[in-house]
Amino acid sequence: MINPKTLLPIESSSEGLNAVQPKEKKDLVMVNLGPSHPATHGTLRVLCALDGESIVSAVTEIGYLHRGFEKDCEVHTFQQCIPYTDRLNYVSAIMNNVGFCKTVEKMMNIQVPERAIYLRVITCELNRIIDHLVCAGANLVDIGALTNFWYSFNVREKVYNILEKLCGARLTSSYTRIGGLSRDVYPAFGEEVTAVLKEIRKGVLDVQKLISKNRIFLDRTKDVCVISKEKAIAYGWTGPTLRACGVEYDLRKAEPYYHYADFKFDVPVGSRGDVYDRIFVRFLEIEESIHIIEQALRKLPDGPVMTGDKRVALPPKQQTYGNIEGLMNHFKIIMHGICPEPGVIYDATEAANGELGFTIVADGSKNPYRIKCRPPCFMNFAVFHEMIEGAMIADAVANLGSINIIAGELDR
Amino acid sequence: MGVETFPAITTRKEAVIAWGQKNSLWPMPFGTACCAIEFMAVAASVFDISRFGAELVRFSPRQSDLLLVAGTVTFKQAPILKQIYEQMCDPKWVISMGVCASSGGFYNNYCTVQGIDQIIPVDVYISGCPPRPEAILTAVMKLQHKIENPATTPPAQFMAKEPKFGY
Amino acid sequence: MLEKLTASHPKAILGSVDRFGTLEIRIEKSKIADVVKTLRDDQELLFSILIDIVSVDYSTYAGWTGERFGVIYQLKSLALGHRVQLSVTAPEDEPIVPTISKLFGNADWLEREAFDQMGIRFAQHPNLKRLLNHHEFVGHPLRKDYPITRRQALSTNDSLMDEMEARLKEKGYV
Repeated sequence: MINPKTLLPIESSSEGLNAVQPKEKKDLVMVNLGPSHPATHGTLRVLCALDGESIVSAVTEIGYLHRGFEKDCEVHTFQQCIPYTDRLNYVSAIMNNVGFCKTVEKMMNIQVPERAIYLRVITCELNRIIDHLVCAGANLVDIGALTNFWYSFNVREKVYNILEKLCGARLTSSYTRIGGLSRDVYPAFGEEVTAVLKEIRKGVLDVQKLISKNRIFLDRTKDVCVISKEKAIAYGWTGPTLRACGVEYDLRKAEPYYHYADFKFDVPVGSRGDVYDRIFVRFLEIEESIHIIEQALRKLPDGPVMTGDKRVALPPKQQTYGNIEGLMNHFKIIMHGICPEPGVIYDATEAANGELGFTIVADGSKNPYRIKCRPPCFMNFAVFHEMIEGAMIADAVANLGSINIIAGELDR
Repeated sequence: MGVETFPAITTRKEAVIAWGQKNSLWPMPFGTACCAIEFMAVAASVFDISRFGAELVRFSPRQSDLLLVAGTVTFKQAPILKQIYEQMCDPKWVISMGVCASSGGFYNNYCTVQGIDQIIPVDVYISGCPPRPEAILTAVMKLQHKIENPATTPPAQFMAKEPKFGY
Repeated sequence: MLEKLTASHPKAILGSVDRFGTLEIRIEKSKIADVVKTLRDDQELLFSILIDIVSVDYSTYAGWTGERFGVIYQLKSLALGHRVQLSVTAPEDEPIVPTISKLFGNADWLEREAFDQMGIRFAQHPNLKRLLNHHEFVGHPLRKDYPITRRQALSTNDSLMDEMEARLKEKGYV
């Protein structure tokens, strides 16, 4: 870091060779990292002023994937917003669906059936696992460990197979509906998930074997781009990146929702807040997610996956075609949509990147009056330029992967 | 009959060049959004794009001949896409992956370009949001077919069509 | 909490309501920075994280009689686990709200986003530039009178050198 105190006025540095020379801008090289760069995982831009290979000063720019999520939601009904939420954090789409639906359900005071809650937990944790795998895999590619990427993507493909059978899409699933889920799981779901969990354990172990004693990996990640606990909190960090700084804060423990209080799991925390901690907190969280899924599968009750609340749930087809109440109800929901009471609500879930919150301003009509998503990686990236100042340019790349910037969520 | 019985073969120069080009496409993934994650899946071992000779991903436009635009292109991004396209050496091909790149998709709003063909010429479009990996492989095969038959299906870069937004 | 705030800032509180399990407090616009500072520093409140800043345009809100723009702040206490929601309003002709970017680091970008999307200006913000839209963009897209399909092309990207020059100057480069 450059200490401004070492700077002396030009007049006083005139005597002797040892005098401090003024630092000049013309000695610096300006380098753009992004917006199209292999290490940016999407579209970000970091303008670095380099002195040799060290970053003296950095400025970040976002918005290259700003595609109007919030404005688009204002002209769609609440149910139609769900596919848009898929594309926020597209690496773990179901977690966004759940976060959005949970907010609307809280607003309308809808009780989601138990089976739907357990299935939401299972699919969310599966998504958390694949999100962490992509994050860690891509981060390791950036620092030169390509094999890990193949290992983690092989596991990811197996989870995709399950999600594909579940909702027909690999990536953007739109699995939840306001009031429950779009459909129940297929018969062999439990066994397949159990089998995949075994594969995940093996895959994560393979990756860890490759890196945990690897000298290059350790040198590239330990004590690189450290952020203090206090600074991370001041910048609103949440999720695995905050936990890597040693703050034990997880919404699943702090404000338990969806029976997370009944599951036994630990919250892994780091100690130094460097790149190494951020990667390994994610690996440990994968392990905890596996525990949660195993418990949830054991407890998974029978029953419906959609609430019977007539305000949001479509009636069964026999009733729609069989009697006038069912037909009217169907017509009302399709044509008039879901209309929550006027008001402002904020609700959050613990997504793979941290606290994913939705603020919804409703005015009693079928369209949300205003939706604001609180993307966790927005806060992570807001301090990125300060983290990399003083580091090498290669460290900036390692750091960028470790704070897991997903452009869809960052720019919305 | 082995090759050794024919010490020489006759063919056309264009055919040999096209054969080489189609089997050694070097893609430059211009990955902006969700589709980029699916492109990663195509490059990974299960779908393995290297079966079609297009696995050598180059992030430098000057070394690649296939621009694979994967994801939504916003107006803020558009000048960069144009610049990257122009930095690529001839001959070059463009695959537009996913509905966002092809037509704007369901982002019909103030900040999204309604299809990258308003900025650069496109050879093959892929539908889907995001497309399945098989669809991307099909697109690569379609493009290979196109490269093989330049007379009937010339590259889009030579088709005179003024882009809507000039930079 | 409300008593404490009323005691320390008697003129700042305009009203409050407890909905969906969160206390929502309406604050006088000019006092927002003081109130947030108290909430952050008071040993019994300790709202250490700024969760979000939401800007709202109430111009077509059914039955709305107040000023056109609203800004909603979400705060959360890590140590005590509670949340609070603050809201201020600003008039259409002069939508200026005091900045809280000196109190929370992430408020810098969140306020820039609110400025970019809604046109609310934050007084004494260090660098109130557009964040999500490009620098040639005219208007504020999330205002209700901005048509959703009014597209604006960009000719060249921002060089960012103005921000870089300012940052280098801070670090003592000439």
